[in-house]
Amino acid sequence: MSTTDGLRLRLTLARKDFELNVDLALPSTGITVLFGPSGSGKTTLLRCVAGLERPAKGLVRLGSELWQDDTRGVYVPIWQRDLGFVFQEASLFEHLKVQDNLVYGLKRSKKPGAQQALARAIELLGIGHLLHRDSAHLSGGEKQRVAIARALATQPRLLLLDEPLAALDFARRHDILPWLERMRDELSMPMLYITHSTDEVARLADHLVVLDKGCVKVSGVAQDLLARVEGPAIVGEDAGVVLRGTVVQRDAVWHLAQIEFPGGFLWVRDAGMAIGKPVRLRVLARDISITVHETRDTSIQNHIQGQIEAIADDAHPSQALVRIRCGESILLGRVTKRAIDALNVGIGDAIWAQVKSVAVIE
Amino acid sequence: MNFPLNRDAWEAIVLTLQLAASATAVLLVLATPLAWWLSQTRSGWRVPIGALVTLPLVLPPSVLGFYLLVAMGPHGPLGQVTQALGWGVLSFTFTGLLIGSVIFSLPFAVQPMQNAFESMGARPMEVAFSLRASPADAFFSVALPLARPGLVTAAILTFAHTVGEFGVVLMIGGNIPGKTRVVSTQIYGHVEAMEYAQAHWLAGGMVAFSFAVLLALSMVRKRARQVLL
Repeated sequence: MSTTDGLRLRLTLARKDFELNVDLALPSTGITVLFGPSGSGKTTLLRCVAGLERPAKGLVRLGSELWQDDTRGVYVPIWQRDLGFVFQEASLFEHLKVQDNLVYGLKRSKKPGAQQALARAIELLGIGHLLHRDSAHLSGGEKQRVAIARALATQPRLLLLDEPLAALDFARRHDILPWLERMRDELSMPMLYITHSTDEVARLADHLVVLDKGCVKVSGVAQDLLARVEGPAIVGEDAGVVLRGTVVQRDAVWHLAQIEFPGGFLWVRDAGMAIGKPVRLRVLARDISITVHETRDTSIQNHIQGQIEAIADDAHPSQALVRIRCGESILLGRVTKRAIDALNVGIGDAIWAQVKSVAVIE
Repeated sequence: MNFPLNRDAWEAIVLTLQLAASATAVLLVLATPLAWWLSQTRSGWRVPIGALVTLPLVLPPSVLGFYLLVAMGPHGPLGQVTQALGWGVLSFTFTGLLIGSVIFSLPFAVQPMQNAFESMGARPMEVAFSLRASPADAFFSVALPLARPGLVTAAILTFAHTVGEFGVVLMIGGNIPGKTRVVSTQIYGHVEAMEYAQAHWLAGGMVAFSFAVLLALSMVRKRARQVLL
């Protein structure tokens, strides 16, 4: 990422209970997930980028477009910033039909190709059948899809999403996630996405920023950050890595599919995926155990050869996080320190990682 | 039996409706920005201005009428201005009555609108801004339509309240037939003259009218599913 590309942020904002103090350079494509506990300043950061909140001192620049620079006295009001904002609650204009909600921003942004953009947003979010409905009478999931399409229809240069799925129940969330994944894969528009769900991080993040108490704890490529053992981006039960692979084989007898990833093969439950389809896999640290020799007499089907790259303390003093290099990929395993001692393994040793469970997230 | 409403009565009714309609129109224009400002501002003036707007609600109409009479009189500050402008003195005129009614009914117009704007929250405006609407554009395309139940309530209440006012009219209007005599003062006149039959017709009409207004209001509220005022 060059310095003129992408989103450049330098924000200082003092609040009663916390202080936001960030200095970030974010990529110009893909989804950047802002992750952190509530009260860490995620929403405030996003509102500063949008111009809904004005930081005391700040720089907000998207590519060559300067939205705020207090050293030069520049502050562009939100309605002149080329962005889309999706709020936690769908916030449709309830006095307008779905169709009129969709064209509200599009009419005002006055860009060429508006009709195509609208048609594409409608198709991308699968809301064609809702256009003539009253916006007050949609389900929560439908409302949020309309709200996302409404933002997309203005063809913004940046899409900001503030926990767009948080107000929805589990089933609705899983209805919308595939649409978001489609947006990430088919649009070149950069997105800044807030969540505190590790599942959404694993499924959506290309780039990951972890915030804590108003400061950036870590910022980088999501896949790399998730594979760190020292100060992992996600701690606790949800620690784990995301692998990218391709479906290479399907076993009709056992209903399994084999995924090749840079570093080996994994058998997963066959969810009817076509051979050649690229997939993302999520492997949690708690689902990996270590053996010194390859063991065949075990119920665990996935054994991957690798090398221990690092060992670090986990949250509980009895446990350690082990970083295992398998070819070009990294696995993270959680084992007890006693087991490491008993196996007598250390950094650089060749071991086998037994993978108990793999989630296909795409 | 004679026709119950004579020419004087009809004149009073027409004048009352004219006054109420004019006061409502003027108040919708004046109170909307005032209510919006009160609902949005974080200024220290919010509380004192809010109290000032509510004042006519608790003041005896005669007190309000008295001060207006003095202010609009030939030696009052308002009277001097109107005379300097060549409009003459406004007390005992329809315009004077209208000014009095507007001030008297101000809280009835401002409060439902302010409540409607406040219950809307900041979110709809923020969404509109994020969709490229300027503040003025967002106000007319989002805030006003969303606050419509509040606006309707304000209009109905203002109209009804103006129809029902008595003290202010008597103080600054002087009860001049055909000019400043409205239904409420007409009834008073009938009672003073022991014309109870005439008073009955007008008073009964007022009861029916007020009932109809409250009925209409509750229908508006039911549709809006909001508690306003």
